[in-house]
Amino acid sequence: MIGLPHFLLLAGVLFSIAVAGIFLNRKNVIVLLMCIELMLLAVNFNFIAFSRWLGDIHGQVFVFFILTVAAAESAIGLAILVVLFREKKSINVENLDTMRG
Amino acid sequence: MLTTILFYVFATMLVGASIGVVLSRNPVHAALFLVLAFFESAALWLLLEAEFLGIVLVLVYVGAVMVLFLFVIMMLDVNVEEMRAGLTRYAPLGALVAGIMISEIAYVVWARHLGLNLAIEAPPLPEHYSNVHELGAVLYTDYMLPFQLAAVVLLIAIVAAIALTMRHRPGHKKQDVSAQVAVRRNDRLRIIKVDSENYP
Repeated sequence: MIGLPHFLLLAGVLFSIAVAGIFLNRKNVIVLLMCIELMLLAVNFNFIAFSRWLGDIHGQVFVFFILTVAAAESAIGLAILVVLFREKKSINVENLDTMRG
Repeated sequence: MLTTILFYVFATMLVGASIGVVLSRNPVHAALFLVLAFFESAALWLLLEAEFLGIVLVLVYVGAVMVLFLFVIMMLDVNVEEMRAGLTRYAPLGALVAGIMISEIAYVVWARHLGLNLAIEAPPLPEHYSNVHELGAVLYTDYMLPFQLAAVVLLIAIVAAIALTMRHRPGHKKQDVSAQVAVRRNDRLRIIKVDSENYP
């Protein structure tokens, strides 16, 4: 029998793996963007599971908007990445120190 | 019973695919693992009876966003070996943070149950229930304005992505509207006096 905690735990594991991925792949910007996509997926899991168990459709509407915004975010992120690669010939995070931050 | 088996199969493959995203050496493999993770998630959302979002996830994410990712990965000539340096250095820290987060979340949602009795089957849906119909009924009424704003966000994303990646080549022939508008009569037209000549 599958209850709500199963789905919440699955989403938590997914989110934690994505956080670990940001720690591990701290050089490659493309993999960092993929880890952010995984985190958003984990959040969407929570929304849909609660929406199902509480019988409230509004959670799924929120997932719809999160999907929209995430698609826009990854499109702009990849565009920035392409410009960055054209300027620096590299997507290593350590080379992105132009602003001395 | 079948639902339980399917949940565990899809969940195992989802966790495996996301570990593959994190640990794979080649970014192309990472993107393909992410595609697998999205497919497994779509299957799990179908198990949760969120059919519309499951299909949208496959269409939008696998069909558009991941293709964009793969396109960018193949367009950029990335030195894979250099990118992997330092992976083992941060592996213990990443594993520690992930382990702490997983154990905390497991304590809250598994051991404490959020103070509610939620470890029950989902409430059955009424007969002839249509997920798409329900979603559309609130999306086009209560969420009309946010829906329009989502469209504007997508438009802005298109314009921003094109504006960012547009290249200005020096020898490129194109119209410069501001120069056309700013032109004066004196730049283009010169009136000269010509003396009339007498015929013999």
